[in-house]
Amino acid sequence: MIAELGYLSLTLALAFSILLSVYPMVGAVKGNLRLMQSAPAFALAQFLFTAISFGILIYVTLIDDFTVAYVASHSSTTLPWYYKVTSTWGGHEGAVLLWVLMQTGWTAIVAFASKSLPWQLRARVLSILGFLGLGFILYTLLMSSPFERLLPYYPIEGHDLNPLLQDPGMIIHPPLLYMGYVGLSVSFAFAIAALLMGKLDNTWAKWSRPWTMAAWLFLTLGITIGSWWAYAELGWGGWWFWDPVENASLMPWLVATALIHSLAVTEKRGVFKSWTVLLAIAAFSLTLLGTFIVRSGIIVSVHAFTTDPGRGSFILSFLALVVGGSLLLYGLRAGTVESSSRYKVLSREVALWLNNLLLCVATLIVLLGTLLPMVHKELGLGTISIGVPFFNQMFFYLLAPFALLLGLGPMLRWKQNKFSHLTKKLIGALIVTSVITFAWLYSSYENVSTTTLVGVFFALWVSLTVVIDLLDKLSKEGASITKLGNSFWAMHTAHLGFACVVLGVTLTSAYSVEKQVKVNPGEQTQLNEYSYRFEGVKAIVGPNYKGHAGVVTVFKDEQKVTELYAEKRQYDVGMQVMTEAAIDAKLSRDLYLALGEQLSNGAWALRIYEKPFVRWMWLGGLLMALAGVIMMLDKRYRRKASVASEMKGVTA
Amino acid sequence: MNPRRKKRMFTILAVLLGIGSAIGLTLYALQENINLFYTPSELIEGKGENKEKPFIGQKLRIGGMVVPGSVVRDEESLDVEFKLIDTGPLVTIRYHGILPDLFREGQGIVAQGVLIEPNVIEAFEVLAKHDEEYMPADVAEAVKGIKHEKPKYNLNNGGY
Repeated sequence: MIAELGYLSLTLALAFSILLSVYPMVGAVKGNLRLMQSAPAFALAQFLFTAISFGILIYVTLIDDFTVAYVASHSSTTLPWYYKVTSTWGGHEGAVLLWVLMQTGWTAIVAFASKSLPWQLRARVLSILGFLGLGFILYTLLMSSPFERLLPYYPIEGHDLNPLLQDPGMIIHPPLLYMGYVGLSVSFAFAIAALLMGKLDNTWAKWSRPWTMAAWLFLTLGITIGSWWAYAELGWGGWWFWDPVENASLMPWLVATALIHSLAVTEKRGVFKSWTVLLAIAAFSLTLLGTFIVRSGIIVSVHAFTTDPGRGSFILSFLALVVGGSLLLYGLRAGTVESSSRYKVLSREVALWLNNLLLCVATLIVLLGTLLPMVHKELGLGTISIGVPFFNQMFFYLLAPFALLLGLGPMLRWKQNKFSHLTKKLIGALIVTSVITFAWLYSSYENVSTTTLVGVFFALWVSLTVVIDLLDKLSKEGASITKLGNSFWAMHTAHLGFACVVLGVTLTSAYSVEKQVKVNPGEQTQLNEYSYRFEGVKAIVGPNYKGHAGVVTVFKDEQKVTELYAEKRQYDVGMQVMTEAAIDAKLSRDLYLALGEQLSNGAWALRIYEKPFVRWMWLGGLLMALAGVIMMLDKRYRRKASVASEMKGVTA
Repeated sequence: MNPRRKKRMFTILAVLLGIGSAIGLTLYALQENINLFYTPSELIEGKGENKEKPFIGQKLRIGGMVVPGSVVRDEESLDVEFKLIDTGPLVTIRYHGILPDLFREGQGIVAQGVLIEPNVIEAFEVLAKHDEEYMPADVAEAVKGIKHEKPKYNLNNGGY
């Protein structure tokens, strides 16, 4: 009964999403204020009923109601309660419901955090969000309801959550990622609303910016944590596989990164307006495309996902409607947009424009690399795969121009810049970067490849130009550190984050070492400066698994560094075997151990990695996310406060 | 030409240059990095209408079921050898290293490697899907001969 209430509740949410997508829009077109004012109430109702629905899914999972098909196939009685909660988004149907929850949640937040917006815009934005909610709720109800029953024959014990997903990373990774995806729909709604009103001005960019920043922030965190989870959990020592599922999250991120930069230009300088709108449309369309790729079963991926042509066609139709509709609107309206100000070739505008171009090229490469195998297959030309080397090679080509610009951009002024103003700083930065790069690499490592040299050079280049810019601003304008403003700090934090990612990727790719050995208890093996003594295995018993932990003592120069437990678990329900890698993490290097198979005579296979600077990648991701937080804390965006102060007028 | 037109021209040219070089580089890089996928039967009997067979030294991917009882581990090292099958002939895979957790006899895997003899592949990567009921899509098709078979109820764990 309770599961049916969940379904019913979602149906009610659907009703409110229909109301939300129709009434406020009609009101906006007709200029009827009362209709427009209905939007927040509808948005709230839509969210509340979705939340009840999601709450019910959590409830039926917690009480082990295996008559519900979704619960039976994604949970079990022995699963710890927090993983039961996680299991509600561990499979397709539940994940889609989570998506809907976030979509309606964002809509509700927008409804109540946009009080200072004119009703004309507010109603349109909410109406468009309501329409998107409508699409997703309809998809859930028709194609992937998590409330379907398995009656009268239902299992006594559930199928359990895929052990790979039984990891703290999985508790937070999907919600963060979806918050990001769905957040991009807010930028999309703002862009479409602005197009509909024919009012593409700085105000629109100003409103849209914090929302886009929030979405980007979540997306960044989601991807970073996803990468860390893959590294820690999959036991293969890698952090990025260029799998279509991963690419599906990277594409919107790349475009969203371009979008936050171009929004800055639109807000501050009033140019790039139609381009910014196009990016907002593209970013959201790519999240839909990603959903299609991941959820339609069109890909042959190492990640397991559902195969159902019906679902694929629904998403594809929705995608076509959204993209087609918005591009049509764009085509009709974008021509009327005039840019108000002028700029020269050597200016911050052009630097940011080039940044956008490079980010879009990167997106295009990922898109081609992801779609080509599918197109190839659908054309009946057979199955091909486009390997990791392809993406690595292409991104390496993009690195140099992108990083060069990234160092240069912040030093440039808006409108125009004389080259002579830059030369001193630039030459200084180039010399210092080169000296440090060469000195560091050649003193620390034996083999230095061009790729490594280029990667480290540009990571240091970006970091140094950040320092130079900071010193410059402090000395010239006599500003104190506190006066520089949030956007200044956010920019540099994000750029340092990028430098960290590049440094981490470069060094860990170049200098990671791996060894796979057969070890007997008591045996010792050496890798680089560390020696590893295999003490043997001991039995472990978890809540829903049993297994062995390989105990390994690590020594450096006869000194004990640490003792590691690399686990091999066998889960009770699916009898699935899982590797739980043991990691000794430091900023300068990770020691990473994974236990392989049991071999003859008590020997085990052991996989040992030493990964220098691998942490820096995730550290970089976190820095970028921190930059988003700094940006959002900017006083300009605390709208309620500003509205209140405007109203109080004199007292403020 | 007025400055506005000039700027627009410059913009369009830059965009074309960007997209052009991206596609050019992509195609260039693709030449080296596309790996064809074979099933064991296709590897032996040829693939497609022209019955094209891979050449010795070609980098390729192969997907099939691990033949029960065919997995042989070397006593001294981490060398392992096993046979793959779909509907017809067997192909031998040689690999050095640790096999993935979900690797088991009688189950589907995908290996990536180099063809060293007409029916032997030296693999540098062996993949088993996150799911224990995994069968590579192409193998499923070859075995069943049915395209797009809809599962009764999806018991896959969706992933993230």
